[in-house]
Amino acid sequence: MPEPLLSIEGLDAHYGDFQALYGLLMQVAQGEVTAVIGANGAGKTTLMRSVSGLIRNQPQAIRFKGQPIGDLRADQVAALGIALVPEGRLLFPSLSVEENLIIGGQLGRPGPWNLPRLYDLFPILRERRHVPATELSGGQQQMVAIGRALMSNPDLLMMDEISLGLAPVVIKSIYEALPGIVGEGLTAIVVEQDIAKALSVSSRVTCLQEGRVSLSGASAEVTRDAISRAYFGV
Amino acid sequence: MDWVNAVVQGTLLGGLYAMFAAGLSLIFGVMRLVNIAHGDLIVLSAYVALSGAMLLGVSPFVVLILAVPVMAAFGYLLQRLVLNRTMGDDILPPLLVTFGLSVIIQNALLAAYSADPQKLQAGDIETAAFAIGPITVGVMPVIVFATAVAVIAGLQWVFYHTALGRAFRATSDRQDIAQLMGLNRAHVFGLAMALSMAVTAVAGVFLGMRTSFDPAIGGSRLIFGFEAVIIGGLGNLWGTLAGGVILGVAQTLGAKLHPGFQVLAGHVVFLFILAVRPRGLFPRIDG
Repeated sequence: MPEPLLSIEGLDAHYGDFQALYGLLMQVAQGEVTAVIGANGAGKTTLMRSVSGLIRNQPQAIRFKGQPIGDLRADQVAALGIALVPEGRLLFPSLSVEENLIIGGQLGRPGPWNLPRLYDLFPILRERRHVPATELSGGQQQMVAIGRALMSNPDLLMMDEISLGLAPVVIKSIYEALPGIVGEGLTAIVVEQDIAKALSVSSRVTCLQEGRVSLSGASAEVTRDAISRAYFGV
Repeated sequence: MDWVNAVVQGTLLGGLYAMFAAGLSLIFGVMRLVNIAHGDLIVLSAYVALSGAMLLGVSPFVVLILAVPVMAAFGYLLQRLVLNRTMGDDILPPLLVTFGLSVIIQNALLAAYSADPQKLQAGDIETAAFAIGPITVGVMPVIVFATAVAVIAGLQWVFYHTALGRAFRATSDRQDIAQLMGLNRAHVFGLAMALSMAVTAVAGVFLGMRTSFDPAIGGSRLIFGFEAVIIGGLGNLWGTLAGGVILGVAQTLGAKLHPGFQVLAGHVVFLFILAVRPRGLFPRIDG
């Protein structure tokens, strides 16, 4: 069996003084979309921050393309090809929409994504490209946040709660764009509270509960019962 | 006519203050670092230029070409090796470390150059002047002011039209997310300090040509720089130029009333503006 693109083994990570992940074990194979679900405080965001380098860990706990990356800085991890769409979007308010996208691509990694292609995916952003990013609506800001991550042409794209705080119709339109993003074999991790949404876009699902993996399997095969048990621990 | 003359001279003096302030404003804007040693770094630049001019036997203007990269490199190393270690959520450590740096620079200069006042000799240009109607304007102050405008315009351009400026603004907005974009915060901070010190070198050389200097005058240059930044509004470069001009005009008008009022008048105007417009005259809208 070939080595998975991302391999997490024995990851203990802290969120402030609080231990959020306990010996976490998880693998993501090339070309898969993995959904990570779990209740608030289960450790989903800590997992995202650990993989992206915003939280530093033991080097061997996280391996990417076989290389230990657990103790790398976020900019070094980004250069290796991991991009994060952070929870809450967190755009740069001093930068225009286009500048937010350009800075996402400033590493200059080669690949399919560039400004024209992104504007084709989200045409509204072309129209509003010179507007300060934080003047956009929530849904449009989420498009910028996704675009900013894609601009680095990542090998692994991680999206943390991209539907949080958005209207259902907006969430729908963003999820409709996802196949166009992950359709070309891009490996992705989607963190989501909405289980139905998570299962619909993913090939595998991992459920976290209190910092440990409580369920892992093919999205098409897990039953709602199993998910409920894994989610709430009852 | 004397009063008009005082306003003109004050405006030109304001250019120098704006240059003191620009470097201060830049690093505060990018990394929220209040550099207490800024005034002493201006004086250090003047001494670097003094030594350069003496060793090479060239005019201070030529030495600028040398002083700017030397101070920029010094700034980068200072940030990477010392100041970055103090940066974090708490603003107190960098404040204390730059205060210590201020004391060290003053005493090192005292040991190396003594307390005797020094001056950068620029030759005939120092006393050259031309008349605009009834007002006589010195060539040197006009050069200083024009340089200040060019420096501010240059910084403005760097900030809003280059990749470096984009990195500065992104890092200023959200340090951790900028890191996710592949920007190494430590390096970006180093570059910001290097740019700040490049501007400081220009300010220091012009300070040294305009007046005599000794190792102890850094403190008051820091205050003038701070006042110009606050009057103009934090994070607004053209506002900083306006702040410098207001401070310069207040000082020359004060001196006109009574020679002893010069510095005091500047402080009073600063205090007044701080009281009525606590965020300065031209605050950044999104501030």
